Amino acid sequence: MTTLTQPTRGGVSRRRLFVTAGAATGGGLMLSFGGAAFGDTPGQLPDKGAAPQIGNYLRIAPDGVITIMSKNPEIGQGIKTMLPMVIAEELDCDWKDVRIENAPLDSSKFGAQFAGGSFATPQNYEPMRRVGATGRAMLIAAAAATWNVPVAECTTAMGVVRHSGSGRKLKYGALAAKAATLTPPNPATLTLKDPASFRIIGKSVLGIDSPRIVKGEPIFGIDTVVPGMAYAVFVKCPVFGGKVISANVDAVKAQRGVTHCFVVEGGSDLAGLVSGVAIVGDSWWRVNKARDALKVDWNEGATALQSSQGFEARAAKFHQEAQFKSFKAQGDVDKVLADAPHKAEAGYFYPFLSHATLEPQNCTAHVVGDQVTIWAPTQNPGAGRSLVAKTLGVPPANVAVNITRCGGGFGRRLSNDYMVEAAWISKVAGVPVKLLWNRADDMQHDFYRPAGFHSFKGGVDAAGKLIAFRDDFVTFGTGDTDVSSATLSGTEFPAGLVDNLGYSRSAIELGVPTGPLRAPGSNALAFVFQSFIDELAHSASRDPLQFRLDLLGARKAVSTGQTPTGAMKPPFDTGRMRDVLELVAAKSGWGTRKLPPRTGIGVAFYFSHLGYFAEVVQASVSTKGAIRVEKVWVAGDVGSQIINPTGAEAQVQGAVLDGLGEALGQAITIDKGRVVQSNFYDFLLLRMPQAPQVEVHFLKTANPPTGLGEPALPPVIPALCNAIFAATGVRIRRLPIDVKALRTV
Amino acid sequence: MAYVIRINGKTRSVDVEPDMPLLWVLRDELGLKGSKFGCGVGLCGACTVHIDGKATRSCITPVSSVGAASVTTIEAIGATAIGAKVQAAWLETDVVQCGYCQAGQIMSACALLSKTPKPTDSDIDAAMQGNACRCCTYVRIRAAIKQAAGMSTADTRPVGMGVA
Repeated sequence: MTTLTQPTRGGVSRRRLFVTAGAATGGGLMLSFGGAAFGDTPGQLPDKGAAPQIGNYLRIAPDGVITIMSKNPEIGQGIKTMLPMVIAEELDCDWKDVRIENAPLDSSKFGAQFAGGSFATPQNYEPMRRVGATGRAMLIAAAAATWNVPVAECTTAMGVVRHSGSGRKLKYGALAAKAATLTPPNPATLTLKDPASFRIIGKSVLGIDSPRIVKGEPIFGIDTVVPGMAYAVFVKCPVFGGKVISANVDAVKAQRGVTHCFVVEGGSDLAGLVSGVAIVGDSWWRVNKARDALKVDWNEGATALQSSQGFEARAAKFHQEAQFKSFKAQGDVDKVLADAPHKAEAGYFYPFLSHATLEPQNCTAHVVGDQVTIWAPTQNPGAGRSLVAKTLGVPPANVAVNITRCGGGFGRRLSNDYMVEAAWISKVAGVPVKLLWNRADDMQHDFYRPAGFHSFKGGVDAAGKLIAFRDDFVTFGTGDTDVSSATLSGTEFPAGLVDNLGYSRSAIELGVPTGPLRAPGSNALAFVFQSFIDELAHSASRDPLQFRLDLLGARKAVSTGQTPTGAMKPPFDTGRMRDVLELVAAKSGWGTRKLPPRTGIGVAFYFSHLGYFAEVVQASVSTKGAIRVEKVWVAGDVGSQIINPTGAEAQVQGAVLDGLGEALGQAITIDKGRVVQSNFYDFLLLRMPQAPQVEVHFLKTANPPTGLGEPALPPVIPALCNAIFAATGVRIRRLPIDVKALRTV
Repeated sequence: MAYVIRINGKTRSVDVEPDMPLLWVLRDELGLKGSKFGCGVGLCGACTVHIDGKATRSCITPVSSVGAASVTTIEAIGATAIGAKVQAAWLETDVVQCGYCQAGQIMSACALLSKTPKPTDSDIDAAMQGNACRCCTYVRIRAAIKQAAGMSTADTRPVGMGVA
């Protein structure tokens, strides 16, 4: 059992903070890092993006309560707890004195504010340490001045400054007023703690909102209440890009509870405000029910001609006719393949996927004249503000965005289509509006993980070494430009590790919007590449794990290409991957256990979001094809610190099970330009009985700490498929897994 | 039409259509927002409440069907001995990720433990399979239920671990 540090009191409400701040203004009792004390901070932080202003992160009340602002959206990744832990560590306070408050959107005070790409840790770890260290330096300076002793003779621990010569002590709360009068130091000049002395980082801390969540307190976007608020639904064309020709809005207005029903013309950007019909009224249930009375004549547009079947036929034609454009060619794949003693060739497919956040998309908006106030569960509030401002024709500064807790994100809430819908409907209706999508709206108007079709060839020499590798990839896009999250990089593994390699591409036009889903790109590519690598190992009768170790070879840095601005991305360190692969082999007893019949273990690894993950799945398959995932072993390397171990383990457990859910049950299919699936009976979420044990091991290495929301997901899917092959001899080349192929009776 | 229903020990009166689901009566008529909307068709369990102690999907329960039965929601479950134990176990185990499904999970777990104080893994599977967690916190939900029951939190489901 993980030992948890639990705050003794709940979070401090905004109201209380205002009251406290008032007292501070009147009596000078409070160290406010905002305003005069910290507003003109000269120090520049060594951050990649805009420097966060320290003064906006910390307040210390006379009673010792420390309020830390949490700048990034909380979507279940634990960031609202974790970033304040990093500040509190360097502040050297007692975690039980810390309260955490959601920051509003204000990039001038907080720098980048978004949840995505597992970026929060690598971008914020050192800057947030310096925020805390600055506060600590000011408190020490205040104590030294009080005692008239040198700063160097003062130390801190657990929210107390101590003078080493005399043993005198003062609590942070008592020093706050004096500290507030001092000029802040330049954060970049401060010496940070030796990690060996960390007291908060590396200790498991309970999620800060969990005590409220288990009591059902209203803290999610959907729970927002604004005085005078109406409820809304927005009915869009089932075909992406379709437009309203006409609608019987008067008949809908006659339904009980409906106050407004109107057509929204919308634009052509599927990530913005699109055409549809808004229904507004006194109860969400009533406006949703009023849809039954709505009749819309739609112009469905060109996407109505698109279907998953059509995509598949088109991809097959590309493969048959070898219509591909090479974008990575090294050595002579064809010649080497022709002579290779062992080879494999296989086609792979993965489907579109929906994010299916359990909290459907929703937003509350209040538009008064040219002033807009938003309450939104969003991963990307800054982009939402820009979209709302542009669409409503108001200055961005007039759009205030309150970031609520999100009931899941997974990348869906990086798009803010629901935000601009709520704002527009409030503007037209003239009242505050809570827009809520129903489940079908949510599943049928997503930005989907794009499907993809791969055709692989590979060759292995007599010594069992990979000598040639090719992928002809059919993706979605226009010309050479891929749709979002549909790109195969020329640096994709095993590039750089095999002498003869070719990647080529063709693209199908797509009217269905796509976007990032947890571990975008990687969640699909890991499946196909790590499955086909397994096929190649078996083609040469090699142990799949040893084959991978040999392929990684000696420790070296392999290029992962450039960022859009031309900077080199951090390389792939084959040694770090070898180390986690060897660790997961040891923990899972790879190669040392004789398993029961129709039970197999499979391995895979993947490098994404700067994290190195190797995973082993053990699964059994009944003669009727029922798959039981018995256990998953995970070894991960995300650098030198696991900041909040309980949260880190939870992210890995969740990502692994999320990947199993995708592989076992999920696909979005397109028919006549619309999504076929509409709810959880035809888009299956993983359930309790399917969830195996997940054993998580972190390998701490001398590298900067990196993020954990995503990188544990990709390898589990191929590890499962490879385990099924080991158990049954059936190779899974399409997702979701078709159990019919696994039946023997 | 006016309905008088008993919620969390109090009598409440609402004037709504007979087919309005209990979930929307709770959330938008009575301001009890702990029960969550996820699917609207009883597939995800986020809306789970107790009706006379039985875990019930409030999103498909018309208000007219509640009658004189006693409704308990997440807001009041902590006042019961089992509810308090389950909530404490949820915190001790740090179950929550996004947290959206957890009210429903806790209500289903409490209903399970009130009937089956020492559940097996199979009991847990059967009682909890109607509650989806999109963050997939299932490993810890399983452990937290056992913790609340005063049992070992080990997962007892078989894993073939033969030795070569």
